[in-house]
Amino acid sequence: MSRHDGARVPAPLLVPAALGVLFLALPLVGLLVRTPWSQLGTQLGAPGVGEALRLSLVSATLATAVSLLLGVPLAWVLARSRARGRTVLRALVTVPLVLPPVVGGVALFLVLGRQGIVGSWLDEAFGVTIPFTTTAVVIAATFVAMPFLVISVEGALRAADARFEDVAATLGAGRWTTFRRVTLPLVAPGVAAGAVLCWARALGEFGATITFAGNFPGTTQTMPLAVYLALQRDPDAAIVLSVLLLAVSLATLLLLRDRWLGRATA
Amino acid sequence: MSLRAAVAVRRGTLDLAVDLEVADGEVLAVLGPNGAGKSTLLRVLAGLLPPDDGVVVVDGRTWDGDGVHLEAFRRSLGMVFQDALLFPHLSVADNVAFGLRTRGTAKAAARAAAEAWLERVGLAGTGGRRPAELSGGQAQRAALARALVGGPALLLLDEPLSALDARTRLVVRAELRRHLADFPGSTVLVTHDPVDALALADRVVVVEDGRVVQAGTPEEIARRPRTDYVARLVGLSLLPGTGEGSQVRLDGGATVAVAEHATGPVFAAVRPESVALYVARPEGSPRNVWRARVVGATPHGATVRCDLAGEVPLVADVTATAFAELGLTVGAEVWATVKATEVAVYTR
Repeated sequence: MSRHDGARVPAPLLVPAALGVLFLALPLVGLLVRTPWSQLGTQLGAPGVGEALRLSLVSATLATAVSLLLGVPLAWVLARSRARGRTVLRALVTVPLVLPPVVGGVALFLVLGRQGIVGSWLDEAFGVTIPFTTTAVVIAATFVAMPFLVISVEGALRAADARFEDVAATLGAGRWTTFRRVTLPLVAPGVAAGAVLCWARALGEFGATITFAGNFPGTTQTMPLAVYLALQRDPDAAIVLSVLLLAVSLATLLLLRDRWLGRATA
Repeated sequence: MSLRAAVAVRRGTLDLAVDLEVADGEVLAVLGPNGAGKSTLLRVLAGLLPPDDGVVVVDGRTWDGDGVHLEAFRRSLGMVFQDALLFPHLSVADNVAFGLRTRGTAKAAARAAAEAWLERVGLAGTGGRRPAELSGGQAQRAALARALVGGPALLLLDEPLSALDARTRLVVRAELRRHLADFPGSTVLVTHDPVDALALADRVVVVEDGRVVQAGTPEEIARRPRTDYVARLVGLSLLPGTGEGSQVRLDGGATVAVAEHATGPVFAAVRPESVALYVARPEGSPRNVWRARVVGATPHGATVRCDLAGEVPLVADVTATAFAELGLTVGAEVWATVKATEVAVYTR
């Protein structure tokens, strides 16, 4: 039996599906139609654009790196450990997914702000202030983006055949070696997919960033903030910045898709 | 004695309590139905599952027992699983070299040893391939090489042939037999296929419901099964009864004439090909004639295996031609005869 090749889509599915595509695609089309292509060069060359873009890319990448460092082990614990309280742990990890980012930003501010529980201690002990710095941008992005990575990697770990880990053990591999040389390579496509999701989410982060890190050009003004700001004074500039952000995300996705994600679905 | 184990595991409905001893160079088959606890036993021997109680001692070193639990990766063992379970992200050669690398062998040396072993199992030149490019039989050969390359003290085989198709199984079984003959350590083979057990093992223990119900050489097991499960596996009808000289009175009441002198509790065992079926009561005076009803018939090569119900439950093999000529069907009433000399008798 051939599977669904050229299968006719029933009308009750076809119509909503088509509407769905329109709904998702139209805004993007509108963006491209309204783009003042002739001004593209001057708009992109405007002061602050390069800075915002660089800051966005750097902070999204750093947030992804931190998420990988902390999130992959966390996913392993969620997927493999039999410790009690795992359900609570998973709920905690999922909260930032459903939490409005602005609320996340407020929460971060309350903890890491100068008056915050951890923040006041950092301030007194090390003279370190986090809010309204680039560090805060990275922290905010990590807070909202890491759950995407954790969920994705945990799913991959659950789907992976745990018997391979038994095999590794019978071949003399301790737990760490097994993780490094067997488990991690087996779930690499899932990790890559999670990292891409995480990076994309971090790149688009707005609410937590503006609440916790503020909107200072050069240090905390990322692309989404720049777009929002530009929209209020010069809509054309906002459109150009949006198109730039769109192009960067799409390029990254396509690039990684060919390299990594293709293997995950193969 | 190279492997000595007394293992007890209780989890869920499984209650496993098995004692084993396997000498150097010896192959012990653990034969039993699914769910008997065979794989659990193997996982305990491998160190993947700590036993609730018991000891595992290999070459005089305690792996389990006396408060010791040596983890799997510290045990000198090789294990082959039902599905070869080659690491899909590594080349075939890297799979075989894996155990050497984890135990500290330098890359080049491990690689060379892996290639040598691949050649030994008939896979020369496949080292650069991905496991997905191997056939089932090739993958299982590579898995055997991977298990043996480090020269383990104990080799554990968990249904190593059952995932293979019938023809491949025949070939790989013969090769496995050869490699086991060369292997100096102890081997424990878990299987539910009596052919594997009889062909590969020096000794067999039969495990049912977590207990050893019979132990012996493959010949003993095949000739003198002690449980219905084993009897069915080796194709015998097992009739428990009491010896009364030249006959055995079965627990069900019927009598079976035997050629040897029998006393006390005994088993009478009958091979399916020794049973003849007739539609009418046969002429002459065979001493063993019973009425029976055909309750099952399955084609078995050129013969049809008939399950018979009656005062003496038997299995009979008749040729397909005879089956048709006699007009046999399920439910047919027949006469079954067995010569007294064809009945094996041994004490229970």
